Amino acid sequence: MPKSRSRSDFLFRIGTGTFGVLLVVLVCAIGVVLARQSVLSVQKFGMNFWRTEIWDPVAGEFGALPFIWGTLYSSVLALLIATPIALGIAVFISELCPAVLRQPLVFITELLAAIPSIVYGLWGIFVLVPAVRAVETSLPDAMRQLPLFSGAPLGLGMLSAALILAIMVIPFISSISREVLKSVPAAQREGAYALGATRFEAIRAALFYARTGIVGAVMLGFGRALGETMAVTMVIGNNPKVSVSLFAPQYTMAAVIANEFAEAADDLYLSALVETGLVLFIITLIINSLSRLLIWSMARRATAAQEPGVAAEGAS
Amino acid sequence: MTTTGRRKLLSSVVVGFCAGAVVLALVPLAFVLFFVVSQGIRSVNVSFFTHMPTPVGETGGGMANSIAGTLILSGLAALMAVPVGVISGVYMSEYAGTRFAALVRFAADTLNGVPSIVIGLFAYVVAVLPFRQFSALAGGFALGLMMIPIIARTTEELLLLVPGTMREGALALGATRARAVFSVLLPAALPGIVTGVVLALARIAGETAPLLFTAFNNRFFSTRLNQPISSLTVQVYTYATGPYEDWHRQAWAGALVLVLIVLVCSLLARLATRRLERMHARG
Repeated sequence: MPKSRSRSDFLFRIGTGTFGVLLVVLVCAIGVVLARQSVLSVQKFGMNFWRTEIWDPVAGEFGALPFIWGTLYSSVLALLIATPIALGIAVFISELCPAVLRQPLVFITELLAAIPSIVYGLWGIFVLVPAVRAVETSLPDAMRQLPLFSGAPLGLGMLSAALILAIMVIPFISSISREVLKSVPAAQREGAYALGATRFEAIRAALFYARTGIVGAVMLGFGRALGETMAVTMVIGNNPKVSVSLFAPQYTMAAVIANEFAEAADDLYLSALVETGLVLFIITLIINSLSRLLIWSMARRATAAQEPGVAAEGAS
Repeated sequence: MTTTGRRKLLSSVVVGFCAGAVVLALVPLAFVLFFVVSQGIRSVNVSFFTHMPTPVGETGGGMANSIAGTLILSGLAALMAVPVGVISGVYMSEYAGTRFAALVRFAADTLNGVPSIVIGLFAYVVAVLPFRQFSALAGGFALGLMMIPIIARTTEELLLLVPGTMREGALALGATRARAVFSVLLPAALPGIVTGVVLALARIAGETAPLLFTAFNNRFFSTRLNQPISSLTVQVYTYATGPYEDWHRQAWAGALVLVLIVLVCSLLARLATRRLERMHARG
């Protein structure tokens, strides 16, 4: 009997393990398949693909610099807006708010994350963009001279994209920061209060303790912002030009794939778009892995700091 | 002002900022919901669900084909993702300490973080290119890929929550590991897993990017799996970026239906979780 039982356990392990292998294979397959499809473009353009600005499918010229610029610029701007707000929400929910309000607030922020990208995009086109345009036109001329605000006030452009991205990543950053703050040992805050700290000073102590995890949370938001497609495509203006202006219509990597892939007729064009996707995949992979590493190391430190035997769950 | 006074003032300012941040995040949520409901309600009626889109210029009509398409695509995705997700979740929880389980977990988290448009590209190369044909199957495959990691991680977490005594009891009665998992642990975790699947369905039903060049779109009512198929999200995208007033109205109506799907699913999931928590609390 024991023999057949160990045999059955072995088969169970192999059987379920196969599905685990499948997951690993899938992730590798994404990288390999995209790399194979972008060979044509890599061979033809090499590194110039990422250094040149001309994107002219008709002439067969493909330079992806505007897309990588637009992706990074919009995501960084979005994080600048979203991070303080998301941290404020996390601190409010985990440290300040009355217990009755906690669950409803968590639910509401989750809802913000659950609304489909396409709905944000629709709202962006018909509500946000006109509002941004109104703000842009009302800006005094003196400010319009600055490179940051140059160009026609179209509404469609970098500012609208950054705003909508910020709204979309706030729930991600705030929910992970909340988890991270939850893992800060109570002794940290109690110690601060015992030393006569004000509320803010105790919060600052907790935030400082959790800093690694919070950086991880912000980076996870960055990863989300880089890959966000529909809402950005609908409001950024889709113009492949590198510009620092917040008013200028620009383009992102995800947006150019979404807009042009179905219509890309020749092989080189398709290959150039796939290469763009491959690089987007690699960047998000690196950012996400790093952020998870940070969050994980923070959770481990917090667990180690608590009394032995008390297993705190890792924030994942 | 004394130092203490200044510190107290700073503290109140920061507390005020945090409360302000919550309000600030509620504003866009309220705005989005307000516009989706007020604009969408004007075009959502019975014919929206039962009629096909009318030709440009004619008012009325509905999105019956897109609604059916979204249901079919979500069903295909679940068909693929539920078995793969649940079983790999079982593996991760059963062999939680091993190095390979950690690798699988890493793969699941990575897959979860892959931008949806990249998933679409992958599905195009794997499931559209070889057949030279956009198809519902390719769309379902893309959505399924997005669903797998969510279900796997939910299953893993919920199985780890099942009290160890239940597993020990099963094993003590002579059950094999497979028997313990499938007859004792999984049934105990089932309500939570179902909740996770519902939430994952709500999320992928709202996805657009992976469908743009896999399922594509279809003006006609289609249930054929090897043909392009319409979906609510892609149709809303087409309508929203089109030039016609009537299309925009339809887009808002589609958005309202999408938001309702998400809202109902999250509320149901929340109620179910609360019920589960109470059950656990009672022991």
